[in-house]
Amino acid sequence: MLILGCGNRQRADDGAGILAAERLRALGIAAQVCSGELSELMDAWSGVQEVILIDAVVTGAPAGAVHVWDGQSLPVFAMSAGSTHGLGVAQAIQLARVLDCLPARLRVYGIEGNEFEIGNPVSPQVERAVEEVVQRIASQVMGTSICDSI
Amino acid sequence: MTGRGGRTIKVDTLARVEGEGALYIKMAGNHVSDVKLRIYEPPRLFEAFLRGRHFSEAPDITARICGICPIAYQMSAIHAIERALGIQIAPEVRLLRRLFYCGEWIESHALHIYMLHAPDFLGYQDVIEMAKDHRPVVEKALRLKKIGNHIVQSLGGREIHPISAAVGGFHKVPAKSQLRELVSDLEWALEASLEAVRWTSTLEFPDFEQDYEFVALRHPTEYPFNEGRLVSNRGLDIDAAEYEDRFAEFHVKHSNALQSVVRGRGSYLVGPLARFNLNFDKLPEVAQKAALEVGLKPPVKNLFRSIVVRAVELVFACAEALRVIGEYEPPAAPRVEAPNRRGVGQAITEAPRGILYHRYAIDENGLIVSAKIVPPTSQNQKRIEDDLREYAAQLAAWSLEEATWKCEQAVRCYDPCISCATHFLKVVIERD
Repeated sequence: MLILGCGNRQRADDGAGILAAERLRALGIAAQVCSGELSELMDAWSGVQEVILIDAVVTGAPAGAVHVWDGQSLPVFAMSAGSTHGLGVAQAIQLARVLDCLPARLRVYGIEGNEFEIGNPVSPQVERAVEEVVQRIASQVMGTSICDSI
Repeated sequence: MTGRGGRTIKVDTLARVEGEGALYIKMAGNHVSDVKLRIYEPPRLFEAFLRGRHFSEAPDITARICGICPIAYQMSAIHAIERALGIQIAPEVRLLRRLFYCGEWIESHALHIYMLHAPDFLGYQDVIEMAKDHRPVVEKALRLKKIGNHIVQSLGGREIHPISAAVGGFHKVPAKSQLRELVSDLEWALEASLEAVRWTSTLEFPDFEQDYEFVALRHPTEYPFNEGRLVSNRGLDIDAAEYEDRFAEFHVKHSNALQSVVRGRGSYLVGPLARFNLNFDKLPEVAQKAALEVGLKPPVKNLFRSIVVRAVELVFACAEALRVIGEYEPPAAPRVEAPNRRGVGQAITEAPRGILYHRYAIDENGLIVSAKIVPPTSQNQKRIEDDLREYAAQLAAWSLEEATWKCEQAVRCYDPCISCATHFLKVVIERD
């Protein structure tokens, strides 16, 4: 299994995926960070059957809302609102579908952000959402709750 | 949408320009009354962030400005600081820096040619739609980009932002065998790039030529990356230290990025067209030949042909990477010492989308007193507005939908990198 945290730490809530990956690493769970750029993502998941991807998204939901999507059937609104990268996560998933190279199992955790100013910190709601996502993924990966260790 | 007494088209998101921005064009009949390109410019925030930091931190900090061209930011920062400190780097390090830049150009140009700009020419909404009909082309683009990325990783290390480049050299240099591993991929990439030149030359180009002042670096013996004098087709020929004497920046209300002009003249163009037109004679034979075979020779004044010029530069970058790897011997030390010393240094390097100027003033403790960064897109910003003023007027007979599409295509010719990360370009044309 591959766990990927995407984003840009310099742009406030856009760092959510990176923060989540780092928290998972601190818990001893292997996780990679990446900018979320299309070719980088497609390269990272090439040949991998099961992928968990974490990224900041903007769908209009309140900041800190956690969305969980199946990459095989990611809804159109998530595609177009997408993450905050040029040719990024949404386009990588779409392109991988066209090119038949989407991982067999791809779960996307989207953390709703609303603050993307350069240099600003992650908003408290997003920080809480990161912890929630970390706990859910850790539970899934380790098969146990890790509430006490967070 | 259609409004009373006129029409307005609004394109909410346009994801094929890196960064974020908006283009607004107001027309009355054939007359364009207003063009405003609004871009957001994080380098100015980074200038403040750099103040008070030790110069050794600058390469890592500036690499974070842009996810598409971190090497360019690192290279301009490092060269400017080395000039401030009076450091001479080893020739092997100089060669490695050229290879580093080749990697970034391959990544950036492959992305732009095939995945951002080609869909415009072929009438697709985006690369995803294009991939349904042109799968081998998109797969080739992905492989090319990956090869560029491998070069950057082999020199820069680390996920996301490269960290190995340092003032005085590199923190760590690759073994000869490590670089040799890149050769077979690069040989494929060179062939793929030659094919890219042929392929892009068959696209249909709008008839739009302007009388540009092209500005690029020029080196006595090489196609420029990190060194050379700054020259133009109107007689400019200066050292980087004179940049601020000859170029002026000014603020416009509608954009938070400063616009640049050549003092006493006006807007100018930086990027592939400028480099190609001013340095054709410095391209390796394989790239010159590829260009001439498709009828491309300087001066190229049609902005839309920049997609072919990028492909020629892709040929150059692959050929140059192979040359460097062939000649490479690891330096005796990865870097020379960089002692704290008071000084001021300026440098210009050629980012994929044009010249990137940095200036640093450093105090006796090695702390940065002031930093100035002028990115290529902000230098092209006024030129983009000038071009769109002309171009939109030519599109008066087209439907608004088509005119908007064509204006988007035109903006993408500059490969504007309006910072890293968020990505919206909103194009609005208003007609009375």
